[in-house]
Amino acid sequence: MSLLKVNDLTLGYDGKVIVKGLGFCVNEGDFLSIIGENGTGKTTLVKGLLGLIPKISGEIEFGEGISQSHIGYLGQKNQISKDFPASVYEIVMSGFLNSNRFGLFYTKEQKKEAQLLMDRVGITSIRNSSFSQLSGGQQQRVLLCRALCATKKLILLDEPATGLDPIATAEFYTLLQKLNSEGVTVIMVSHDVTGAIKMSSNILYLGKDATFYGTTHQYLHSNVGKSLLLEGCPCDSCKHNAKGGFKNA
Amino acid sequence: MLDIFSYSFMVNAFIVGVLIAVCCALLGVVLVLKRYSMIGDGLSHVGFGALSIAAVLNLGAPLYAALPVVVFAAYFLLRITEKGKVNADAAIALISSSALAIGVFVASINGTNIDLQQYMFGSILAVGQGDIIISAVLTVLVLFVFVVFYNKIFAVTFDESFARATGIHTSVYNITVSILTAVTVVVGMRMLGTLLISALIIFPALTSMRVCKRFKAVVITSVVVSVFCVVAGLFTSYYFENIPVGATIVIYNLGVFLVFALVSLILKARNK
Repeated sequence: MSLLKVNDLTLGYDGKVIVKGLGFCVNEGDFLSIIGENGTGKTTLVKGLLGLIPKISGEIEFGEGISQSHIGYLGQKNQISKDFPASVYEIVMSGFLNSNRFGLFYTKEQKKEAQLLMDRVGITSIRNSSFSQLSGGQQQRVLLCRALCATKKLILLDEPATGLDPIATAEFYTLLQKLNSEGVTVIMVSHDVTGAIKMSSNILYLGKDATFYGTTHQYLHSNVGKSLLLEGCPCDSCKHNAKGGFKNA
Repeated sequence: MLDIFSYSFMVNAFIVGVLIAVCCALLGVVLVLKRYSMIGDGLSHVGFGALSIAAVLNLGAPLYAALPVVVFAAYFLLRITEKGKVNADAAIALISSSALAIGVFVASINGTNIDLQQYMFGSILAVGQGDIIISAVLTVLVLFVFVVFYNKIFAVTFDESFARATGIHTSVYNITVSILTAVTVVVGMRMLGTLLISALIIFPALTSMRVCKRFKAVVITSVVVSVFCVVAGLFTSYYFENIPVGATIVIYNLGVFLVFALVSLILKARNK
């Protein structure tokens, strides 16, 4: 079932077009990575999908059981000031505000669900800690947990690994894959093409001259895919150019 | 000791002072954390300009004439800050110094009986019955907003993009906060002075952030600190005559800030 369908979408700021004629589709359970060079409109696309900027033309359709305000969003790091005084629990709970119409109080069910989600991403032990004193990896887990509170189905991440050390990045990716295998649909903007290819079922490549949308397998066989990657496709059916790159890594 | 309350102007000053302290502390937490600290400063200068012009034109009650001007300025300042243009801070500095200059110019040109000193540094005697009513209504509004929309205010302050993505109308919150700030500044500046009122907005939030690491704790501590400093300042300036109350309150704020900063250092050293 498709959760999100984008048709001939054009986005931009102040009349300047940044993303043009884009089309893709995200099905339930997919892991879509959006990759591409700087300035090709990845973050603009994210903002468009969330409704933070108005679209110039085209369509964004949401499937059954999801709406624009029920996407779990994890934005770029610089949005949050480093010394903000807030506990992990306060931040996680704020993810529920889209389902509280008046936002007065959090319900018992929401508190229970928050506890389950904190267990799932492994932050229960730090629930009373101060956000500003956590490591980068822990902070991203907290923000991921907040995103999960805001959604039942779809999370949208904008370069979540930026600023994380290799170990924290690997841990975060493992967590994402676990969530994805448990049924959470993931859309992730990434600079880390290798990491993205390892995890994704689908790839959306935004280039200066060309865009590509398809499965990861199709991407690896496409011209844009080949030009970016030094190693061949790691899948079993492609023995012809498999050099064992990251398959065993 | 309590003979201080036998003077009706002192009673007025206490009521308005405590109410304004509560408003400043609550709004200050949001303004400081959203990096809008300069808005309070800019507004007080615009307020000064508006008050001077209103007084020279003999508009009767300068306070009421200044309010709409400052509310408009609050909206305007918020917009330039929100756009995130690189020069937003410079623009605010320009506006506030221009408003101050116009105020001084207009007040002096007439030779007038406006007491510039009183506008700049505040005076307890400037507090009247009207101020009590306005500040009471204002405090009720601010408390209402903070109690009822507490969770949303947290979300918008912590991460505006996320809040917007979850469908919260963040601009409504920003405008509400800036309008409430504008009214707070106009009412508070005549007692504390144009040059000192912004300290009352910024200090309590910064002070409590030294020690408190949770948002709720910061909000509550700010209110306590703010009210304490205003009350202590009023008592002090009453017993040592001729000491302006605005300056005394700011010095108390500075003192409490330094104490909290020291406590924070000690706590950090202990944890190591």
